[in-house]
Amino acid sequence: MADLTSNFVGIKSPNPFWLASAPPTDKEYNVRRAFEAGWGGVVWKTLGEDPPIVNVNGPRYGAIWGADRRLLGLNNIELITDRPLETNLEEIARVKRDWPDRAIVVSLMVPVNEESWKAILHRVAETGADGVELNFGCPHGMSERGMGSAVGQVPEYVQQVTEWCKTHTDMPVIVKLTPNIADIRKPAQAAKDGGANAVSLINTINSITGVNLDNFAPEPTIDGKGAHGGYCGPAVKPIALNMVAEIARTPELHGLPISGIGGVTTWRDAAEFMALGAGNVQVCTAAMTYGFKIVQEMISGLSHYMDEKGFASTADLVGRAVPNLSDWQHLNLNYVTKARIDQDLCIKCGRCYAACEDTSHQAISMSEDRVFEVIDAECVACNLCVNVCPVEGCITMEKLAPGTVDERTGQVVQKDYANWTTHPNNPGKCAAE
Amino acid sequence: MTQNALTPGIVAGRLDPDAYADKFADLHPPLDDHEAFVAADRCYFCHDAPCITACPTEIDIPLFIRQIATGTPEAAAETILGQNILGGMCARVCPTETLCEQACVREAAEGKPVLIGRLQRYATDRLMARNSHPFTRAAPTGKRVAVVGAGPAGLACAHRLAMRGHDVTLHDAHQKPGGLNEYGIAAYKTVDNFAQAEVDWLLQIGGITVETGKRLGRDLSLDTLRAGFDAVFLGIGLGGVNALGLEDEDKDGIADAVDFIAELRQAGDLSKLPIGRDVVVIGGGMTAIDAAVQARLLGALNVTLVYRRGRERMNASRFEQDLAASKGVRIITNATPRAIHGNGAVREIEFEYTDDDLAPTGQTFRLPADQVFKAIGQTLEGEELPKLDGRKIAVTGAGRTSLKGVWAGGDCAAGGEDLTVTAVAQGRDAAEDIHASLMG
Repeated sequence: MADLTSNFVGIKSPNPFWLASAPPTDKEYNVRRAFEAGWGGVVWKTLGEDPPIVNVNGPRYGAIWGADRRLLGLNNIELITDRPLETNLEEIARVKRDWPDRAIVVSLMVPVNEESWKAILHRVAETGADGVELNFGCPHGMSERGMGSAVGQVPEYVQQVTEWCKTHTDMPVIVKLTPNIADIRKPAQAAKDGGANAVSLINTINSITGVNLDNFAPEPTIDGKGAHGGYCGPAVKPIALNMVAEIARTPELHGLPISGIGGVTTWRDAAEFMALGAGNVQVCTAAMTYGFKIVQEMISGLSHYMDEKGFASTADLVGRAVPNLSDWQHLNLNYVTKARIDQDLCIKCGRCYAACEDTSHQAISMSEDRVFEVIDAECVACNLCVNVCPVEGCITMEKLAPGTVDERTGQVVQKDYANWTTHPNNPGKCAAE
Repeated sequence: MTQNALTPGIVAGRLDPDAYADKFADLHPPLDDHEAFVAADRCYFCHDAPCITACPTEIDIPLFIRQIATGTPEAAAETILGQNILGGMCARVCPTETLCEQACVREAAEGKPVLIGRLQRYATDRLMARNSHPFTRAAPTGKRVAVVGAGPAGLACAHRLAMRGHDVTLHDAHQKPGGLNEYGIAAYKTVDNFAQAEVDWLLQIGGITVETGKRLGRDLSLDTLRAGFDAVFLGIGLGGVNALGLEDEDKDGIADAVDFIAELRQAGDLSKLPIGRDVVVIGGGMTAIDAAVQARLLGALNVTLVYRRGRERMNASRFEQDLAASKGVRIITNATPRAIHGNGAVREIEFEYTDDDLAPTGQTFRLPADQVFKAIGQTLEGEELPKLDGRKIAVTGAGRTSLKGVWAGGDCAAGGEDLTVTAVAQGRDAAEDIHASLMG
C-alpha cells in the first residue's frame, strides 16, 4: 500500500486530505467526527475578533443540481465563526491534544492592522495548532468590512498582512487566495514576497445560484432579498485547477507550496490537483453533501492509484502534470485526429449527430436505420461528439498516422511538430530555428 | 354460507369484501413528483428520437419529458394531447414495452427504458386535475359530421373535427361513450372511472353532441347519415365475437371474454360478481389476458389460459404474459379446444396439442372447467357497410372508404394493430382528411 503520509510545509498528516475552513470545521464535535472518519487534517473555521459576528437567520446556502438532483454547485452567505474566540481556542487545544497525528491549521480573519493580527496569532499559538491560514478569500459579508477578499484582491495588502504574520509567529503561514481577481499570479506573488510558507486556493467565487421566479428574489432568499454568495463544489473544479496550475507553472512562483481547493469530491479530483502542483487538498462541499465518510474512498482510491503507478509517496505525484501544461501557441498543429464511433457501443441516440449537424461541422452522417458515422472530410476533431455522447468510450478521437492524408484538408499528415508561432498564417511568426 | 376460493361452481364473493379494492388497484401507481423527476432525468433527448417513430401517434416524447424535467408538466401534457387526445388512457393501456419503451435507447444501453408511459400519465394527470381544456375551437365552418362509435377512434376524430370548427354528432350503441376504454380494458389499468372522466374532459372542447344507445343498423342507417351530414366517420369497432365452432358451445358457464370484462367494468360491487372456481380462458391476445387475470383477482382458484399456437405467436406482449403468470394464471400453449363436456353446464373442456401450424398431434387432455371464456377474436358486424378488405372495412389514405363522404378508423378498419393508440391516430388523421375535403 502506497504511503499517503503528507508533509505540507512541515505540517504532517497521515494523508493529504484536509477539510477546508468552513462549517464542517466550526466546532470540536464536528472535527472529532472528521478525525474519527479518517481525515488527515482540518483547517479550523475562520476565527475573528470578539465580539463574534452574527449570521443571517434565514437560508445560508443555495445550490445547483445535475441529473437526479446531484449537487453540482453550492453557494453560501455564511460568515466566519459566530462563536466566541475563547470557545474556539479551548476546543482547538483539546482536539489537538487528543489527535496529535492530525493536522490542525487555524484560519484567521481580523482587520487590517498589525496589532490585531499579532494578538490573535499569539492566542492561536498557545493551542498547539500546527499552522495558520490567512483568509483573504471570503467574498461576501466580511469583504464589505474590509476583510476577506477585500484584502485578497489587493496584492499590496496581501503582502503586508503576510509580513506581519511572519513577524509575529513561528507557525507556518498559509495564505488563502480569492479567485475573484483577474490574474491569480499577482496575489500569489504578493504572498510569496510577504514570506508565506504556502498558498491555498481557491476560495469561493462570487455567485448567485438562482432567482425565484415568483417573488423575483435572488436565491438563497432572506425575507424577499438575496445577496451574492461564494460558490464552491464540483462545478468550480475546472476554475480551481487552472488557477492552481497557473501558480505551479510560473517560474517566479516556483517552489511555492500550494494547498489545492475547489470541488474536490473524489480521490481522482484530489490526484488531479496534486498532479497540477498541489501538495495536498482541502475538501468542503463533498463532505457537506455526503458526510465525512467519503474520505475512506479518497484514501483507498489514491492508494490504489499510486500502487498502480508505482508511486512510493505523494511527492512522486505532486506536480507531475505541470510540465505538460502549455500555452495554446505551442500546441502541435500536426497532431491530426478524427472522431471514431464504436458501432457496437452506440445506442443510437443521435446526440452526436444533432450536436455536429446543428452546432458544428456537419461531420456525422445519419442513415435511415440510425447508423451514425464520421465524415472524415468534414471532421475538425473538435471532440464535441465525444463530450455529448452518453456512452463513455463509444466515440473516441483517433490520431492519423504521419504520412496519411487528412481528407478534410487534403494535406499529408506531417510527423514533425509544428505550432502557431511558425505557421504561415501567423503575421508575427518567427523563423524556425 | 360464505363462499371462498374452494367453493365449486360460479359464485360471487370468493374473497374477503375488503380484498377487492387491493386486488383491483392501479397496476402502475402514478409517479409522484420526485419519481417523475428521477425518471425524466434519464431521458437523453435523442435526435429524431426512436421513441417518437415507435409511437403510432408520434408524440414528441423527448420534448414532453424535458418539459416535465423543467417543471412544466402542463406544457408536457399539451405536447402529448396535441398529438393524442387520449394520451391519458394510452399512458395507461399502451403496450409501451413493444412501442416507445422498446425503442428507447436506454433499453438498448441498459435494458431499462425511460418510463415513458408513466411519465405520460404523470403529465396528463396533472393537466386533467386542473379540469381545464387546453384546446379551443376554430371559427365555425357550418359543416356537420357524424361520427359513429365513441371509442378511441371516434373520440379522437370527433375532437379534432370540433377543433377545426365543425359540428359533430357522436353516436354510440352503448349507454356510455368510451368504447373499449369503458367496456373492454382490464379494470386495474384504468381505475377511478378514468375512462368517463377522460371523455368528459375531452368533450370540453365543445361542438360535440353525444347520442348514446344508437346502434348502426338498428337505430341509425348509413344512408340516412350520409344524407343528413356533410361527412361520416365509422369507428364502430368489432361488435361480433368469434365462436369456437364446437358442439355444446351454448352450455352454461361458457361466455365471451369481452362480455365478462364489460360486466366487470360496469359492476358497482365486485364482490357481487360471480366467478368460477376452475376458469379456462381460450385465446392468446390482450382480451384473453385481461379476462384471465381478472378472473384470478376475483378469487378463481385455478385459471388456465390456453392458446392454440406457441408462446411467440401470442398477440399479448411478453409483459402481459408475465403479468398473468405473476397473478397465478397458468398458460398452456399449442393446444386447441376439441370438445366441451358436461351435463347442462360445462364441466370439462378437452384440448388437443397442436403445433404452430395447428397440425394435430392426436394427443389430448382435459381441463376441469366450471367457467370458460372465449377470447379468440372479434369480428365486424353490420350490413350496408362500405366495401370490405377481408373481414374489415377497406380504407385508403387517411381512412377513406369505398363510399364517398365516409371515412373509417380503429378496429373496424383494415390494417393497423387494433391498439387504442392506433385507433386514436386513425381517428385524428381521418378528421384532418375530412376537414381538408370539406374545406377544400
